[in-house]
Amino acid sequence: MKKIQGRGTLEAVDGRLDIVVNINGADKALRVAPGEYLLDALRREGYKGVKRGCDNGDCGTCTILLDGKPALSCMMFAAQAHRRRVVTIEGLGTPDRPHPIQRAFVETGAVQCGFCIPGMVLAAKALLDENPEPDETAIRRALDGNLCRCTGYVKQVEAVMLAAKKLKAAGRRA
Amino acid sequence: MGVSEKRDFTVVNHRVEKVDALALACGTAQFTDDIDVRGLLTGRLLYSPHAHARIKSIDTREAKKVPGVLAVLTHEDLPRVRHTTAGQGHPEPSPYDTLVLSEKARYVGDRIAAVAAETPEAAEEALARIKVDYEVLPAVFDTLEAIKEGAPVIHDEADSKNIPDARHNICAKFDFEVKESEWFAEADVVVDRWYKTQWAQHCALEPHVTITYFDGDGRLVIRTSTQVPFHCRRITAKVLQVPVKSIRVIKPRIGGGFGSKQEVLLEPVCAALSLATRRPVKIEFTRKETFVSSRTRHPFVVRLKTGAKKDGTITDAHMEVYCDNGAYGAHSLTVMMCSGSHTLPMYQAKNTRFVGRSVYTNLPVGGAYRGFGATQGFFAWESQMDIMAAELGLDPIEFRRKNYIRSGEGSPVFKAMGEGREGIEQKIGSCGMDECISRGLAAIKWYAKKRRYRRQTGPKRRGLGCACMMQGSGIPEVDMAAASIKMNEDGSFNLHMGATDLGTGSDTVLAQIAAEVLGVTTGDIITLSSDTDLTPFDVGAYASSTTFISGNAVKKAALHAREQILKVAARILDEKPQDVDLKDGKARAKSGRSCALSEVAHTAFYYHDQHQIMGVASHYAQSSPPPFAAHFAEVEVDTETGQVTVLDYVATVDCGTAINPALAEGQNDGAVLNGLSYALTEEMLFGPSGAMLNPNFRTYKIFTTADAPPFKTILIPTYEPDGPFGAKSVSEIGINGPQPAIANAVCDAVGVRLLAPPFTPEKVLKAIKEKRAGRPALHLLGG
Repeated sequence: MKKIQGRGTLEAVDGRLDIVVNINGADKALRVAPGEYLLDALRREGYKGVKRGCDNGDCGTCTILLDGKPALSCMMFAAQAHRRRVVTIEGLGTPDRPHPIQRAFVETGAVQCGFCIPGMVLAAKALLDENPEPDETAIRRALDGNLCRCTGYVKQVEAVMLAAKKLKAAGRRA
Repeated sequence: MGVSEKRDFTVVNHRVEKVDALALACGTAQFTDDIDVRGLLTGRLLYSPHAHARIKSIDTREAKKVPGVLAVLTHEDLPRVRHTTAGQGHPEPSPYDTLVLSEKARYVGDRIAAVAAETPEAAEEALARIKVDYEVLPAVFDTLEAIKEGAPVIHDEADSKNIPDARHNICAKFDFEVKESEWFAEADVVVDRWYKTQWAQHCALEPHVTITYFDGDGRLVIRTSTQVPFHCRRITAKVLQVPVKSIRVIKPRIGGGFGSKQEVLLEPVCAALSLATRRPVKIEFTRKETFVSSRTRHPFVVRLKTGAKKDGTITDAHMEVYCDNGAYGAHSLTVMMCSGSHTLPMYQAKNTRFVGRSVYTNLPVGGAYRGFGATQGFFAWESQMDIMAAELGLDPIEFRRKNYIRSGEGSPVFKAMGEGREGIEQKIGSCGMDECISRGLAAIKWYAKKRRYRRQTGPKRRGLGCACMMQGSGIPEVDMAAASIKMNEDGSFNLHMGATDLGTGSDTVLAQIAAEVLGVTTGDIITLSSDTDLTPFDVGAYASSTTFISGNAVKKAALHAREQILKVAARILDEKPQDVDLKDGKARAKSGRSCALSEVAHTAFYYHDQHQIMGVASHYAQSSPPPFAAHFAEVEVDTETGQVTVLDYVATVDCGTAINPALAEGQNDGAVLNGLSYALTEEMLFGPSGAMLNPNFRTYKIFTTADAPPFKTILIPTYEPDGPFGAKSVSEIGINGPQPAIANAVCDAVGVRLLAPPFTPEKVLKAIKEKRAGRPALHLLGG
């Protein structure tokens, strides 16, 4: 029997843990293995927008928001998300109702292959939540953990600038 | 002026939103692994721990006993079909020297066995229980050592084909000479230098991944992250000895490729596991596997011996290249040849000689990589141009201006050197180099800064450097693309293209071309690219071919559909077809009468002379119009630490008409940043056993937002007569500039000539110290 300390004590039954994670605003009961990574659990549950680029915490494509802060889902156990709030890219907006940050990435031409974009959009969201009017340095610092090989980052930095403007014009928080 | 030659564009040359961008930004677009397949098995591969070893025996009995393991395969279980993994036109100009699973270990990371299991854990357990009895052989890791008499012979097997000299580890060779006078007889200055470029990896963020399964009719479906779906189908069928018609290759969204996915690597072995288990199987490379066991940029050793007259005329160009191909010969002939065929025509010398050898070593395998040999060739050439200018006492910009190829000019190199075979004669149809140079000089404030930096003191010194480049647009008379376009009753169109969008934006660019011809917006074009069952053929996304070759095919297919639309519309409007135009989603007659495209489609479907309006066309090219580029770097060198900091970087590029300027800029930005980190940090390092030491992003450094120096792309418009609406390629050329431009800028700043990138602080500091000690600055082999 394995015990994981955190928000309450979890006990593994038959090598499985029953956890509850708030994913994109709704509580979801998940049965996971104690050693299962959050990335694997999320993808298994259908959140395919969370990408696997390195499985080593180096590339940022698996970025989610954990209680509002960017986190690497390949570097934490699913059980560590028990009773916490997870936002994946699917929770931010949909093609029918995209979030202004997602629109800004599209409008500036910041999306090429798009594999890094979900993680980068979420990193941008966390930045704009804290700092609604970031300068280029702040943006570059915030996106520093999200590798992209296609774009040279030029238009992605522009996208975050544009998103900040859009949000301000709409008078809303990210 | 007909629609074909129009220059007042409504969709083309506009910053249209990328057609798949919103789905990608919302995480709903599906990459290879973004579907759930019931009963999916995990495939895993066993790799050689030895750089060179004969396999005496493989015992898989214990592995097969692991619960949940359904198949364990070695070379003994598969047809012995020597092939190349290079996804090229048939017959591929690469040696057939590879088996799906190797019968001999030729590098640390060579594939020895494959397993399929119910869980990743069972698959790993099975790999651990495979017993391989190796007889370790002497290995060779150095390009020039490998071709010496007595070096270990890496391909000593009898059944490989098209290896020109296996006994000396030469997997490709090409020699060429044009000589108008005695060598170096007219030259006032002769410069002879050796250059060496490093191993590098593509680092697409999506690792290689393949899922294979059987559909309801028992056909094998390969859903895969590939740049070459049709070559993938052909090669997989051949090596597994199954009919082409039994295979369907589906290309979903692709997370970047840059050439590494031009290799047919995972598909045959994944399919073999599905055939063995009759179950769906997925193989997904880890990042380490992507580094070690996919493909790399071939490192080169280049010798340039060049001569010039006092007035700056280049008289002689002797180029000698040794291309390290690692353990197998993928793209060995073509990458090696492109190092000359894309560089030598740039500055035409009366005497031109190219001597090329591609070489086997016991290291990971070289393959296609953005720039494709031109990157390595231009590092040498553009460094050499600055050295020659200095020897001649000429301004490096003016020296280039005097020599570069102009519009209307040809080169014997175009005819002599193609990709893997003879090329074709061509004259340059468009060349924006002069404006590339002048706009770049102005943007970086070249002359003002040059004056300012003339008197510098202190430990940090600044300098400027430039580099000029060309590339090609597809492979003439080799590459072929086809497309079909089908009209729907609402006036929308399905554009089915063989062309492979791997994140480049080609679906969008090609939709823009179709929309321009059909008088609609990209919102009315539904794109489907590269499904071997559903779309026409295309060689795939490589050689900077898609906009130029596939773009012409799409344009022709759209013109074909347009002709049919005009006929129907003319009947509806009671006009002659030649008096009808397509605009804003309508057919409009000169008389002012118009009808909606939906009415045209309805009429064709239901009312009169019933038929499907559908265009189809193919295209192959008889030219490969080069895009041109000029890059300018401003650096600061810390003479106490050797640190090189890029302060500013300007990359101008003439890609003809930019079909989508935003995407063209993005392509160039990405190529430039890749080039910048290739110049300054990126290098695959190997230990004494031949194992890669840095197979992760922590120790193999690619630039992040914080590392990226300020840089800027400037598009220089020209109009290429052979291109669709004047377009040429843009995707590769930008990667060729940073290495030479930075090397030239460092030399301008501190007077040391760097001949072997990456320009790490250690190398630069060593070069500075040697210069102070008065030793010649020839930092070639690792510095």
